[in-house]
Amino acid sequence: MRWTPEAWPEGLRASMPLGLPIAAVGVSFGLLAGPVLGAIPSIVMSAVVWSGTAQFAALTILASGGGTALAAGAGLLANTRFLPMGFAIAPSVRGGLVRRLLKGAVLADASFVIGHRGGGQFDISAIAWAAPVQYVTWVGGTIAGVAGATAIGDPGRWGLDVLFPIFYLSLLLPELFPVHIQAAGRRARRQADRRNLRPIIVALLAAAITLALTPVTPPGVPVVVAAAAALIGLRAPREPVTQRSAGDGA
Amino acid sequence: MKTWLLIAVLAVGTVLMKALGPVLAGGRQPPAPLTRVVALVAPALISALIVTGTFTQGQQLIIDARAVGVAVAAVALWFRVPAVFAMLIGVVVCAVLRFLA
Repeated sequence: MRWTPEAWPEGLRASMPLGLPIAAVGVSFGLLAGPVLGAIPSIVMSAVVWSGTAQFAALTILASGGGTALAAGAGLLANTRFLPMGFAIAPSVRGGLVRRLLKGAVLADASFVIGHRGGGQFDISAIAWAAPVQYVTWVGGTIAGVAGATAIGDPGRWGLDVLFPIFYLSLLLPELFPVHIQAAGRRARRQADRRNLRPIIVALLAAAITLALTPVTPPGVPVVVAAAAALIGLRAPREPVTQRSAGDGA
Repeated sequence: MKTWLLIAVLAVGTVLMKALGPVLAGGRQPPAPLTRVVALVAPALISALIVTGTFTQGQQLIIDARAVGVAVAAVALWFRVPAVFAMLIGVVVCAVLRFLA
């Protein structure tokens, strides 16, 4: 095997550009989590949970004064998107029970995009090979952040507390305005949602619930209650007027 | 101790949610209403977390340097500045405002 980028597995090559931004988010998690959770728990958390969204969610609750149960609830809710993603790749996953479990467990947001081959088909080996770079840079970034946290002290003094909301904003905007924000690769996946205003309505509703409940409930509760805004999805959407791309049933 | 419990719950829960589809479904889809609700949980939750991180301090609603930093970063993100740089811009704006205050 030649040790050149061309000979590397597709997923590994495709995931290389993710290294820097993931490490940077890992550093910010380490910086913010260090003082709240302690150095070792912060690093272990990144190593075994391996999900920035869930970890930042749990930390947001803890940092705003909420309890452990609410933090766990917010963290798990933050990752419920993996349920439909797991079912989406399921038809492409072969092998016995243990193999299927392991292949599901290495799934990550960016890998889902890297492995998508259009029309609901997924290249599972590309998904698996996309994991190493993302995992190593995430845990490595967290270690660097935790080390930096002891040197920096109170993150609020440096404005670092705004990293939370901005990180989330960078996830929310592509979710709400796929056409405007998203890169070409992701567009195909969202094609079906194109005429869908629901994510925007749900996001505004959730924001309103959070603002309304914050003064009257214990910290952490508003976020979990606001997630219930998603229940408007129970109503079937109206049929779009023109149905061009049939068969991409998502 | 509670911290370790939190870590364990998040780790196990995350792996379960990722693997449930591949383990259970041999090509079968979950019921459509469930899929629609699950797809909307992310925007709802993320929006609530942004509001919490930007406008709240314990049980108080306040507008301070964070709101300005997040607003500037939002504009940057809208013009497709990569997330890492948007975070950097927000932090700098927020830190400068606090320094001036």
